[in-house]
Amino acid sequence: MTVTAIGAAVRRKEDHRFITGKGQYTDDINRPGQTHAYFLRSPHAHANLKKIDLSKAKAMPGVVAIYTGDDVAADKIGGLICGWMIHSKDGTPMRAGPHPILAQGKVRYVGDHVAVVIAETLSQAKDAAEAIVVDYDVLPAVVEAGKAQAKGAPQVHTEAPANTVYDWHIGDKAATEAAFKAAKHVTKLDIVNNRLVPNAMEPRAAIGEYDAGNDALTLHTTSQNPHVARLVLSAFIGIAPEHKLRVIAPDVGGGFGSKIFIYAEETVCVWAARKCGRPVKWTADRTEEFLCVAHGRDHVTRAELAIDADGKITGLRAKTIANMGAYLSTFASSVPTYLYATLLSGQYAIPNIYCEVDAVYTNTAPVDAYRGAGRPEATFVVERLVETAAREIGMDPAAFRRRNFITKFPHQTPVIMTYDCGDYKASLTKAMEMADVKGFGKRRREAARRGKLRGLGYSTYIEACGIAPSQAVGSLGAGVGLWESAEVRVNPVGTVEILTGSHSHGQGHETTFAQLVSSRLGISIDNVSIVHGDTDKVQFGMGTYGSRSGAVGMSAISKALDKIEAKAKKVAAHVLEAAEADIDFKDGKFTVKGTDKAVDFGTVALNAYIAHKFNPQELEPGLKEGSFYDPTNFTFPAGCHICEIEVDQETGVARIVKWTAVDDFGNVINPMIVEGQVHGGIAQGVGQALLEGTVYTADGQLVTASYMDYAMPRAHDLPSFEVGMTVTPCPSNPLGIKGCGEAGAIAAPAAVINALTDALGTEDVPMPATPLALWSIIAKQSKAAIAAE
Amino acid sequence: MPTVTLTVNGRSVTADVDSRTLLVQMLRETLHLTGTHVGCDTSQCGACVVHVDGKAVKSCTTLAVQCDGASVVTIEGLAQDGKLHPMQEAFREHHGLQCGFCTPGMIMSAVDIVNRKGIVDEATIREELEGNICRCTGYHNIVRAVEAGAKAMVSGTPVRQAAE
Repeated sequence: MTVTAIGAAVRRKEDHRFITGKGQYTDDINRPGQTHAYFLRSPHAHANLKKIDLSKAKAMPGVVAIYTGDDVAADKIGGLICGWMIHSKDGTPMRAGPHPILAQGKVRYVGDHVAVVIAETLSQAKDAAEAIVVDYDVLPAVVEAGKAQAKGAPQVHTEAPANTVYDWHIGDKAATEAAFKAAKHVTKLDIVNNRLVPNAMEPRAAIGEYDAGNDALTLHTTSQNPHVARLVLSAFIGIAPEHKLRVIAPDVGGGFGSKIFIYAEETVCVWAARKCGRPVKWTADRTEEFLCVAHGRDHVTRAELAIDADGKITGLRAKTIANMGAYLSTFASSVPTYLYATLLSGQYAIPNIYCEVDAVYTNTAPVDAYRGAGRPEATFVVERLVETAAREIGMDPAAFRRRNFITKFPHQTPVIMTYDCGDYKASLTKAMEMADVKGFGKRRREAARRGKLRGLGYSTYIEACGIAPSQAVGSLGAGVGLWESAEVRVNPVGTVEILTGSHSHGQGHETTFAQLVSSRLGISIDNVSIVHGDTDKVQFGMGTYGSRSGAVGMSAISKALDKIEAKAKKVAAHVLEAAEADIDFKDGKFTVKGTDKAVDFGTVALNAYIAHKFNPQELEPGLKEGSFYDPTNFTFPAGCHICEIEVDQETGVARIVKWTAVDDFGNVINPMIVEGQVHGGIAQGVGQALLEGTVYTADGQLVTASYMDYAMPRAHDLPSFEVGMTVTPCPSNPLGIKGCGEAGAIAAPAAVINALTDALGTEDVPMPATPLALWSIIAKQSKAAIAAE
Repeated sequence: MPTVTLTVNGRSVTADVDSRTLLVQMLRETLHLTGTHVGCDTSQCGACVVHVDGKAVKSCTTLAVQCDGASVVTIEGLAQDGKLHPMQEAFREHHGLQCGFCTPGMIMSAVDIVNRKGIVDEATIREELEGNICRCTGYHNIVRAVEAGAKAMVSGTPVRQAAE
């Protein structure tokens, strides 16, 4: 029996099924009598629905049913919800328009759901959808955040005048203004944080199924949080009460936030399954994903940094317009507010911060949390400001950072957060050594001889993870608590099942969670199985996002294991005929202090179930314990990423030549998995900085709706990464974990753009910094240089 | 409906399929070999890569009838006699997968690269993986896996390291 310690780079238990093609994703599942759903989607960004004629379509071969918004309304099925209440400056609640699962009277973006066709085959459903005749009264559209509030702009929802969902603020305005008045230097930047499409490789899918005998529904869906999906479908949308609705999220092929949300399609599938009496299956094609999955980012920001004569930052202020798209998605309102502006202190002691955020509706796909969710936007603002400020005042960017780093903990920022621990100088210093920053000047000169512009950029990021203390988020408007649950079931032979409310869609929980159990109970990870993603098996849970599975989910397991250990000691005391106080438990063995009497964990487990050796009046049989763990604080992973880049002056092609990441995630359970998370995060951040641009035309057509048009990072776009770590154990949870899932995506965009602005000698480099964008900057600079001669 | 006969993972199969049926649909829906995935609709992502007569093919843009008489190997047929193919082992050993969705296509492409080119360097691997998209790994560990898998395929170097 091998114990697998915390900190071991053990290979993943789940991999065998994935490398042999035996994974089971939602689209791999088929149910007897299954039908196929196809959604007729709006081709217009904004239009009134005058008439929908289904007569011809309903007569098409294989058609089982066709439903529209009228059928939804007739069944009193509620709309989709946004679960985080934000109040405007004047105290009024956010102004949210309705979000029906099938359009009622109006469509508000290209891809909006007009009707669902349910047929024997997918081809028949598609053919019938073509025969539906819709009379649209096309309206003008607004797509850009910066234009949504303009006078005369098309109104997306009558509930939100000037398309403004809320105008929110945080921080001390007067004190911040005073800091700017007194500043020696002020750095100003206009920043566009580009809209991204999450693009989990598994497209979303759902199968709704009705069991008439028991009047119960089952939904298989591609979800990061099946219990939250069940809660929303039951309590808010009114599909069925929770005890009559089972939600299963089997293997899920990536999420990155996009599979947190409750969407129209799965809601329609489970509603329609009861209505037509047959299982209803839907799988998105990639273009549907581009059109209708919740997008990410899309901020327009004016940001300023105030600096005194000593090079100390004295204030930061920002005004952001956040594009929400056509409807408020499940957690959309929280992203540009409490997940964004609360991180504007970065790693720095900034005494005064003030931020205003206007959230606006536009005729585009809804925008919600995407890997990092608000924190990449905050880091981009802070790290671009800091790098630019250092250059403007003639200080080395690393030295400027050092001068302003927070060094004492806990540290209360002016924007809610209390950082519990960290060592920002340590991660910066280590990253600079690994990146050989000292040798950069030589490398830059060598590159120049080859006609390449070489630049180096830092990003010393911070994020708030392990979301989150329920009382705290409740006071900020969250509609839910953000604890996590765990149940530890010890079988009579000493094997263990862990039931967790966390959900793995690539993170490797089946391995890391088993490592925790192995190290605590002294049993092999092969004797531990992790059960997740099924509301009939796991009682409740809040799911996986915000790097919360380690800090919150595993803490819940740890708490439940404490209870297991306590009870097992009582059983062991009876087995060993000793006093409970004399029992020690270590390395899977219970021993009696001062004797050589010992019994292993498996024997104690068996005795807990056969219950021959203790009085059931004093001790209940069995060995099963649960815990709901509510964190005491956010966690604050932080670190330093350094990007070194070369730009070809002839073509504008940027190539990352060296990437160094040094992250402080607190204690690490499995460094192999953690490094993998860092790699993937960096790739998504580099994608944002160099490749990925979501382009809507002025009339709201999404022109980047396939992999032919939207530049996903491919293997040759990226280098290998140098990844290092520093550790300050997190004091806010029992395992000392901070979380690692989002770090790369948060750190990377600023590192890339800081490197590019260094290479090109201008602060005005857009994202994505495509070859055309960079070539245009270089061409403009050459023209100016020639003109000056 | 045309009748298509294929040898899939060493077994002969015959099915009547609609003439517009794609190879991936026949594999997934008729033969229930769901290891081959569909991640896009423009032949870009490579989650659907299988081998047809020994060559890597995107099964989402191949008609089943085109493959009549061909020998098809899918991810389910790569392991032989219960023993993982070295490339499968390399992906596990080097953590070349996270969510697992792109993995079958990635492994099938990787085997094809080595079949064509033998031991390959990092730059070649990155160029050759042009047609396979992964959103999870940043490709770093996929490259390590293909390097190790190639060595194992060509020279029999065991993939698995001594210690975990």
